[in-house]
Amino acid sequence: MEDFKIQTQKLNAWFGNNHALKDISLGIRQNQVTAIIGPSGCGKSTLIRCLNRMHELVPGARSSGSVLLDGANIYSRGIDPVTVRRRVGMVFQKANPFPTMSVYDNVAAGLKLNGVRNPDTLDEAVKRSLEQAFLWDEVRDDLDNSGASLSGGQQQRLCIARALAVEPEAILMDEPCSALDPIATAKIEQLITNLKEKYTVVIVTHNMQQAARVSDVTAFLYLGQLIEYGGTTSLFENPKEELTERYLTGKFG
Amino acid sequence: MTRTVKEKNSSVRTRSLIRLFERLRQFSTDDFFEISSTLFAAIVVVILALTAVVLTRGSIPAFDAYGISFVFGSDWSAVAGREVYGALPYILGTLVTSAIAMGVGVPISLGIAIFLAEMAPGSIRNPLSQLIEILAAVPSVIYGFWGLLVFRFWIVDLIEKPLSRDFGTIAVFQGTPFGLDILTAGLILAIMIIPTVSSISKEVMMAVPSSQREAAYSIGATRWEVVRIGVLNYSRSGIFGAAILGLGRAVGETMAVTMVIGNAIGPAAFPGSLFQSGQTLSSLIANEFGEANPGSLLLSSLIGLGLILFAFALIINVFAQLMVWKVLRVKGRVE
Repeated sequence: MEDFKIQTQKLNAWFGNNHALKDISLGIRQNQVTAIIGPSGCGKSTLIRCLNRMHELVPGARSSGSVLLDGANIYSRGIDPVTVRRRVGMVFQKANPFPTMSVYDNVAAGLKLNGVRNPDTLDEAVKRSLEQAFLWDEVRDDLDNSGASLSGGQQQRLCIARALAVEPEAILMDEPCSALDPIATAKIEQLITNLKEKYTVVIVTHNMQQAARVSDVTAFLYLGQLIEYGGTTSLFENPKEELTERYLTGKFG
Repeated sequence: MTRTVKEKNSSVRTRSLIRLFERLRQFSTDDFFEISSTLFAAIVVVILALTAVVLTRGSIPAFDAYGISFVFGSDWSAVAGREVYGALPYILGTLVTSAIAMGVGVPISLGIAIFLAEMAPGSIRNPLSQLIEILAAVPSVIYGFWGLLVFRFWIVDLIEKPLSRDFGTIAVFQGTPFGLDILTAGLILAIMIIPTVSSISKEVMMAVPSSQREAAYSIGATRWEVVRIGVLNYSRSGIFGAAILGLGRAVGETMAVTMVIGNAIGPAAFPGSLFQSGQTLSSLIANEFGEANPGSLLLSSLIGLGLILFAFALIINVFAQLMVWKVLRVKGRVE
């Protein structure tokens, strides 16, 4: 059996009576960027929100099947979702920094939750995370400014830094560039490519070019089902399924 | 040059006159509604202004007679020829009872608001919110009755006697526990501000975008930590405003306080101990106005107390509204 960082097995998810994910089984490798594409409402976001147990926070949401993180099911009885979320970080569609906190405190927030109080450790982690998020040079002199005072693209990179600060093993990104302009998008794409050296990255995107640019592996979802899953180059150049080809060529979606 | 300007002006004037006549000709029910509703709205401003004018004018004799010692004096005597009125003990009484109300009422209200906004399912949240609104509608004389007949005995038995026994040497716990005192008044006020503070705090918390909660969850926050860093942080100025609105209510509340505070007068009304009878600005007005003859210095002094109270309440409320408004306005801007 292949060694996957994250592996879903017969994962199903519902919102009330809406069956949003149907029997999804896929493996996500370490140090790779995995893209999840598909038309709106196909379940892409639901899928990654199942990978760190964010899905169940929506009222009426439930799921079945299993998600293995390093081989252990995160949905097992006795597993604390809080620990799962500390190991698997997340970046959202709209940048959501804490507006009443400074840039510094935004990044340090997760560490403080973990009980880190030592100022030197915090300083170091804040600097490291901001550097990894390509934001350090832009904010190094304004660490005390409000997180909300940054531009949209900077706010999103601040959120990435906030996720990186707790040193997660995997990062989930839910359409992280959908609200950004092309320049800010390019920065984040470059950053994603850098991140895979240290982390496992899963990105949901409605932008097929983006998936082609940043990912190693791509999964195509349609109406809650996994239609095709494989290396990005081969999936884009030689899709095996007719549905995939029609989606990639813009016949629907 | 001047002539052309004049001609221009006069022609402009003629034209606007013509327009005015056309407007009048077209005067319709719509215009009637617009004008009348504007007038009704203006009444609010007029009432507020008149209140300020009447209070200021009425209190002029008292300020004339005693100057600044009307505010900072502590004697209160209506004996003819030796009349003296000073407001300080009642200002302090108002501040101390309100502080007790805030200290006890605000944390409880926050607990209620967090439960309603963050924990309770809709089936509990809605009826419970309604009940809290109803609590706000209970007339204060009812709270006063309950305080006088029931609550004060609980206070004496459960709080004052034990405190007096164990800590009776400390100044604020000195005196014989009796129940008609500053502590009881403060606690009744605490109960009375809970509906206001908790329901506004709940609204402010529910206005926090869910992306803030998700941000906290995603870095591994527990449920309480989500409330703390995702919700309370974001809505803190609104919650502060809610608390200040509660303070506004506590400062002005009259009936219930009058019934349980013991109504001390003069230097005896200085709030030195919690277990001692006191007096607030509003309770003193309620107690004394029946005995104040028209034109007397006593009446003018009572109106002066009213002016001080009015100024307190006005400042507090304007401040609070600004804070609440700030949060509800930015709702959805940073998500």
